[in-house]
Amino acid sequence: MQSLTINNKKVTAEEGMTILEAAKKNNIFIPHFCFLEGIHQVGSCRICVVEIEGVKALQPSCSTRVKEGMVVHSNTERVKKARRVLYELMLSDHPKDCLICKRNQTCEFQKLGELLGIEEYRFEGEQSKTYVDDSSPSIIRDTSKCILCRRCVTVCNEIQGVGVLNVQGRSFKTVIGPAHQLPLNSVNCTYCGQCTVVCPVGALQERDSTHTVWQALFDKSKRVIIQTAPAIRAALGEEFGYEPGTLVTGKMVTALRDIGFDEVFDTNFAADLTILEEGNELLKRLADAFAGKPAVLPMVTSCSPGWIKYVEHTFPEELDHISTCKSPHMMLGALIKSYYAKKIKVDPKDIFVVSVMPCTAKKFEITRPEMKNGGYPNVDAVLTTRELARMIKDAGIQFKTLEDSRFDSPLGLSTGAADIFAATGGVMEAALRTVYEVVTGRELPFGGLHVTPIIGLEQIKTAEITITDPVEAYKFLDGVTVKIAVTSGLMGAKQLMDEVSSGNSPYHFIEVMGCPGGCISGGGQPRPTNNEIRQKRLLAIYSEDDHKQLRKSHENPFVIKLYEDFLGEPLGHKSHELLHTHYTKRNHLVDFQECAETIGIR
Amino acid sequence: MSTMVKPCKCATETKEELYYKISEIIEDYRGKEGSLIPILHIAQGIYGYLTPELLQFIAEKLDMPFSKVYGVATFYSYFTITPRGEYTIRVCLGTSCYLQGGKKVLAQLKKQLGIEIGQTTPDGKYTLEVVRCIGECGIAPNISINNTSFTQVDPDKIGEILESLS
Repeated sequence: MQSLTINNKKVTAEEGMTILEAAKKNNIFIPHFCFLEGIHQVGSCRICVVEIEGVKALQPSCSTRVKEGMVVHSNTERVKKARRVLYELMLSDHPKDCLICKRNQTCEFQKLGELLGIEEYRFEGEQSKTYVDDSSPSIIRDTSKCILCRRCVTVCNEIQGVGVLNVQGRSFKTVIGPAHQLPLNSVNCTYCGQCTVVCPVGALQERDSTHTVWQALFDKSKRVIIQTAPAIRAALGEEFGYEPGTLVTGKMVTALRDIGFDEVFDTNFAADLTILEEGNELLKRLADAFAGKPAVLPMVTSCSPGWIKYVEHTFPEELDHISTCKSPHMMLGALIKSYYAKKIKVDPKDIFVVSVMPCTAKKFEITRPEMKNGGYPNVDAVLTTRELARMIKDAGIQFKTLEDSRFDSPLGLSTGAADIFAATGGVMEAALRTVYEVVTGRELPFGGLHVTPIIGLEQIKTAEITITDPVEAYKFLDGVTVKIAVTSGLMGAKQLMDEVSSGNSPYHFIEVMGCPGGCISGGGQPRPTNNEIRQKRLLAIYSEDDHKQLRKSHENPFVIKLYEDFLGEPLGHKSHELLHTHYTKRNHLVDFQECAETIGIR
Repeated sequence: MSTMVKPCKCATETKEELYYKISEIIEDYRGKEGSLIPILHIAQGIYGYLTPELLQFIAEKLDMPFSKVYGVATFYSYFTITPRGEYTIRVCLGTSCYLQGGKKVLAQLKKQLGIEIGQTTPDGKYTLEVVRCIGECGIAPNISINNTSFTQVDPDKIGEILESLS
């Protein structure tokens, strides 16, 4: 412990703490801006500067460590003046079009201006040259709004290990972006959207789909069906002032009906279905391997489209390891436009499927040419959690006052196994609950069915399960120790895939989610996201699971009925046609000749 | 009498062939920290300027993001991503040179060459740049042309210097 004085108040702080952390711990607020706890604390914006007695220059409190006896002032005339000028300089090269900016009232730069009491545009300097990159179906970059805080650079490079965004050029001409002003769709961007979560302003945002969805709702000839991903219910409430980790499943369903969607289905239904398809795929691969037939192991999960794009770019030779299952919402879309369309006697051309996803990469996924059946896209539009919240507000719905209601039948019922798809380790646990029971005839031997070693926010988690006394059909697995690994965030995925590509992977089955913590903190989720919030959302998801009567995907009665009435059997002909997909080898290098034209325009 | 004509390979060279020189250098630097800047220096020395293709090649070899390598190349004024002229003229505007009339030297060069800072003459002969100090403050104002320095430059005698080059 060290004692120091901040603003004439004697306080203590742990050794190694920064001044900003010490102040926060002692309920002293020092204005700051680019700082992101535990992630980005490099002092790039300097808003958090303080005066330290005996030190000549002002120091950034977010990156200066406390020292015994230190005397710090954050409210002197000099500090206040510096902070103000720093803000005003940033403001002088900002478009100031707040009224028509998507981040209006959620912009951290705007909030800081209010806090500092800025009332005039004092510096009217030159404006830097800017451009808008709207080349990607997922993420829009507008460099005019960028205030060069570099948070996105940190998450893209150090958290995700993708490195598409970096600082280009120098001084007034500095731009944050890909090399050579290349458009996002020409580089190896995974569209994970983690940059859009940390961007304090409107420089990095999801591509808006709310207008498209409203248009579909206004079109009387369209049957507009919406589905929501497992992670939405544990985060949407934050947009309406609820504490992180508050489940708002029932209110969300009511809000969607009130907006005017004809049916409200649950992507969770398809998550249960995924388990049956993916579980059987794993068992088939294992059976082939033990029978000496060619089989590619480990098998890796395929629910996360950011992860899929990453692996296509980074490990194009290893795509056979990826499960051929479409992601759950694509499966549900395909079923809505085939099985359900027939049931309600509506031509699939008149059905418009909207998915609410915690994800920006899903916006890209629906544009993949293979995600079509019978000439119709499986899903027509993807809304992020943030966009859905905007639509609910726009519709004048008082979210907090809503009654709870239930998803529509039959594609709205799900088991607890589907709920946990939202969190890292969840898909694996859900798969094990079913696969173990299929193989041994007994329940998964973990307390409360929770595979505790793979729950939590660590980057890579592993577990081993030894099969004993299996049923007749799986005798070949008797005594076999199945090894599994789970990772979230693309840094961990790279580590596991390096082992796969060098032939040294000890695992049979790997779960990868592209965003740290899994879908609960996906690129389309409410801001801010940090580990504390991740943990709360994760607990909410597991409590949703714990409170369900059915907690194993193979017990979902509507899934069972779907196989009886329509699909036949897992991995059967119909499943193959509607529920499975293939992947594309992508180069992670830029083909300059191919995109010469696009670059030329800029 | 028949003549052997070797087919020209310049348009069909693979990247490895085109960049074999820098490949060797990168191999020498492999695993050493802080090797990007020296490699870019050498690459610019070999190829004259740093094309996006070349920077991507270097990034790939060093297992670094292309955006990071490109960022470094566009940060330091020494590096250039556009072709330079045969002669790169760098006018010093450090404190000493500035006080001793560096600005007049620069103005004269701009006038005589008909280009602005950072530009290259249409005939590809001269590129004009500004630097901060080349370490000869005692005999200012200075300019350097392709790493040869010219000291106590008289703006009126720029023509003579340029003529002496060819």
